[in-house]
Amino acid sequence: MKFTLSWLKEHLDTNASLDQIVETMVAVGLEVEHVDDPAERLKEFTIGEVLEAEKHPEADKLRVCKVATKDGVLQIVCGAPNARAGIKVAYAPVGAYVPGIDVTLTKAKIRGVESLGMMCSARELQLGDDHDGIVEAPAASTIGDPVAGWLGANDPVVEFEVTPNRPDTNGVAGVARDLAAAGLGKLITKSPEPVKGGFPCPQKIGLDFPAGAENACPMFAGRLIRGVKNGPSPKWLADRLRAIGLRPISTLVDVTNLLTYDRARPLHVYDADKLKGEIRARLGKNGESFLALDNKTYEVDETMTVIADDNGVLGLGGIIGGEASGCTEETKNVFIEAAYFDPLRTARTGRKCGIHSDARHRFERGVDPDFVAPGLELATRIIIDACGGAPSEILIAGQKPSAAKVIAFPPSEVKRLTGVDVAPEKSESVLTALGFRVSRADPWLVDVPSWRPDIEGKADLVEEVARIVGFAALPAVTLPARMAVETPKLTALQVRRGAARRALAARGLLEAVTWSFTDARAAELFCDGPNWLAAQGLILANPISSDLGSMRPSMLPNLIAALQRNADRGRDDLALFEVAPVYASDRPEGQQTVAGGARLSHPRRHWAKAERAADAFTVKADAIAALDAAGAKIDQAQTTADAPNWYHPGRSGVLRLGPKLVLAHFGEIHPRVLKAMAVEGPVYAFEAFLDAIPPAKAKPTKTKSALDASGLLPVKRDFAFVVDEKVSADALLKAVRGAEKKLIADVSLFDVYQGKGVADGRKSLAVEVTLQPRDRTLTDEEIDAVGKAVVAAVEKATGGTLRS
Amino acid sequence: MSDMNEIERETLARTAAAETVAALEEVRVFALGKKGVISERMKTLGAMAPDERKAAGAALNVLKDKIAAAIDAKKQKLEDAALDQRLATEKVDVTLPIAPLPKGRIHPVTQAMEEIVAIFSAMGFDVAEGPDIEDDFHNFTALNFPADHPAREMHDTFFFHPKADGQGGTTRMLLRTHTSPVQIRTMMTRKPPIRIIIPGRTFRCDSDQTHTPMFHQVEGLVIDRSTHMGHLKGTLEAFCKAYFEVDSVKTRFRPHFFPFTEPSAEMDIGYERVGNEIRIGQGAKWMEILGSGMVHPNVLKNCGLDPDEYQGFAFGMGIDRLAMLKYGIPDLRDFFAADARWLEHYGFDPLDQPNLATGLSRS
Repeated sequence: MKFTLSWLKEHLDTNASLDQIVETMVAVGLEVEHVDDPAERLKEFTIGEVLEAEKHPEADKLRVCKVATKDGVLQIVCGAPNARAGIKVAYAPVGAYVPGIDVTLTKAKIRGVESLGMMCSARELQLGDDHDGIVEAPAASTIGDPVAGWLGANDPVVEFEVTPNRPDTNGVAGVARDLAAAGLGKLITKSPEPVKGGFPCPQKIGLDFPAGAENACPMFAGRLIRGVKNGPSPKWLADRLRAIGLRPISTLVDVTNLLTYDRARPLHVYDADKLKGEIRARLGKNGESFLALDNKTYEVDETMTVIADDNGVLGLGGIIGGEASGCTEETKNVFIEAAYFDPLRTARTGRKCGIHSDARHRFERGVDPDFVAPGLELATRIIIDACGGAPSEILIAGQKPSAAKVIAFPPSEVKRLTGVDVAPEKSESVLTALGFRVSRADPWLVDVPSWRPDIEGKADLVEEVARIVGFAALPAVTLPARMAVETPKLTALQVRRGAARRALAARGLLEAVTWSFTDARAAELFCDGPNWLAAQGLILANPISSDLGSMRPSMLPNLIAALQRNADRGRDDLALFEVAPVYASDRPEGQQTVAGGARLSHPRRHWAKAERAADAFTVKADAIAALDAAGAKIDQAQTTADAPNWYHPGRSGVLRLGPKLVLAHFGEIHPRVLKAMAVEGPVYAFEAFLDAIPPAKAKPTKTKSALDASGLLPVKRDFAFVVDEKVSADALLKAVRGAEKKLIADVSLFDVYQGKGVADGRKSLAVEVTLQPRDRTLTDEEIDAVGKAVVAAVEKATGGTLRS
Repeated sequence: MSDMNEIERETLARTAAAETVAALEEVRVFALGKKGVISERMKTLGAMAPDERKAAGAALNVLKDKIAAAIDAKKQKLEDAALDQRLATEKVDVTLPIAPLPKGRIHPVTQAMEEIVAIFSAMGFDVAEGPDIEDDFHNFTALNFPADHPAREMHDTFFFHPKADGQGGTTRMLLRTHTSPVQIRTMMTRKPPIRIIIPGRTFRCDSDQTHTPMFHQVEGLVIDRSTHMGHLKGTLEAFCKAYFEVDSVKTRFRPHFFPFTEPSAEMDIGYERVGNEIRIGQGAKWMEILGSGMVHPNVLKNCGLDPDEYQGFAFGMGIDRLAMLKYGIPDLRDFFAADARWLEHYGFDPLDQPNLATGLSRS
């Protein structure tokens, strides 16, 4: 919404400066977005007078002028054809910035003649398109005065954001009311004087709505003005519209635009000679269409309010008029429509048709239902003043919707909700200034003005008082402490995420944050396919782009794509992780938090050969680190080789606690998946399911168990077993650990071997077993007994034999 | 005793002449070994008269100690020399670069979120969460967005495809446009007093230089019987001071409109630009950083709370934007690009865990 200062002053008698006005607007909730003050913008430009203008010795089209300026008489070379002695000009000194040509002036020599400054054209000052010559200021202007005032460019334009709750501020009068209430001047908006009609309105109007839809247009008013002379608007009107960025069209049309911005009261004008029969507001019918004033044809349907005559649809009520019945320069008889259209229906229709008009903007936010007929009177007055003509009486179909609202308001509510002490008298005076009527019963009874559809209850009145008194009055109060030392605030699940993040970053992975959505074609590689995504309700109906069309069932597609993007920039040794949600359905329980990561591993060569390329065990370690930090009992987890199908079938695994509880997937990503994503692998990845970790048992104290550190030297023994190559290391280790639970303190697998000396289809696994004597040194017999138990356990569990 | 003098002279001379530990050992055996010259003399003592034996024994022991000390000293010297010689060959080029350990980093959004949680925890706020995929009721209706109201359009909502609602109609899920639905979920399941913050992902169908289709918000909600807008102001000012780690912060509350608060306010903070840096807290310029207000009576009613009995405030702010402001990160879009260079540059060391006792961030 835009207005000019002079326009505002038609409604507000004030001496306030532009700065004060802007500051007050912000303070009362009218958020000023932009102020264009030509006087400020043009302050470097002052009036000068050309004393002499001689032809440039070296150029026919240039003149060397002597110009009287605030800086004394200066020599300025000028190419304008109208540069001549005696005219007053817009002088720009050296150092001035000329906006129209985006140049800061410097001392110049033009074809050998010194030139000190410039005389500007309208376009150079951004005061219009004229560039045929330099601006000529009025002869009465004074040398040294700022040019803005003399050139009629002294009316600042203010642009502000109208919040959806304040339809009244879609008119300048509404802005003035707020400012007056805030003490910035006196509201002087004139009530429209009725214009007496000389004859009954010959154009019949009607409302034609089925039961239940009457509120689509409860009131439709109009009048005919005969014998108008339409044409370009008077200068004041055209200037005003231009100043706020509207294009003047013709007086009749411009008057409707004026009232739209002056009083937030849209109107429509029809060329009465193009109407056939009665015009009615009714619902549209399927199959109807019309050519609108924006030169587009719109199909209407039975949800939309249309204005129609016997020939069909003329326009969409409250949104846009039709080309066929519109006013032109030739219009002699004009029918003015003022109606009230339902906000919801207007909003739906506007959205459906994709029309953003000033009328829709106002009707869908709610226009003042009490200003339908007054708006019509005001428009009539301006039209007959500008275009002549004889008005008919006003015809009204239906009646204005009732806006009467009375709110029971204890004035103590202001203090209760804001903490600000506002005297009841002050609250009353603020409300009264805003157009509310206050009856001092107990509680107060407050009548809501018709132009404030947003006011529903006590809290709204508190806001009215508080915003006019000013939020600067709010005290800054500390919330009362609830206890001397606060309790922990994070849930166990939240703590897990933080711990997993820091654990992974400590392992050298970079934390990324990627979209919750992903390319559906990539997503389907990381779940049960496209049908699954759709069935789970994970496909967006209006994605921001086609490659972000699905919620992600896993974060891996995003991370893997990111690896490739980095690789394309030459960064092919990289590990990324994310601890964030993934989605298995559109239900709240379908969202779970995963710590996922992916590695593209091309270690840089180093003299110390420290870096080893990542493999399935690197990401297994990643997953374990995340799970361990997150509190999973990782020493009780088993590893199985049944990772989902986006992993390499032979180089991937699952970490689980028991057969049902999956803690993580890890391994090499399936080459086919990478190929489908156009990613050059190999990529190793993991997904650790943090939400799946069983909660830790609550303990009464934080006491740790006593340290069990034996004073006796541990004994180490090595065993190498030959087993079938399909036997998992996990099975063998479990058998060894279980062989003698009291003495075996640790088992570590130190060698895996296949090849010479071991039969085909078999492998050798070597373990070091640490025995911890408890109460006395072990005898050789006891150690041998443990060794035998280990061999027996391994044989029983895996069929393995001691390697000879 | 000339014999003894001779032994001493010869042994010490041989000790001094020994060039290696082995040669020195030969000297030791010659003098002090079981069949060495000293031991041989010791054996002769038994045959002597007591007085004579006493004198000769003492002299022999003196000589033995003297020789042993000389051999030990020489041995130490030889070993030192041998070690020095070995060490002289064991030189490495210490200027060789160490093997680089990959440096993991924590994303600025995580860091900012943890900083925010640290501050509000100290003020007694719990941390609540809710689902990203929401329904119309929680995201809009319960928050007092009237159907078809223009305020809904300001939200640029992502929708899913309509599906049967199980009651003969259709429903469509959406991506939450703000963290406010968690207000509803909390108030419907928990009795006041409520003091929570709600960090999380939010989504709007909007993408340009300053908007991304996904971003992060933190919401605050306090509901009890006495909390008013003054508490809102006090809380947010305290937050800003703590978060930006400055001694004071200039704030400005402006009336605004949100369907779910009444009265509603936006908060601006003062700032100034010094070179490329934005200094938060003071200065002549204002920057909007959050929306807030008193929870709308309709929202309280929608959650089964009596607005004449319960009251409180809510606020919401962008975490990404807070991180950008504090750490001078220029472009929002980079947050989600997973560019290693950016993550390494703007990310945080995993050991830097936000903590009010140490100061939120490393200086």
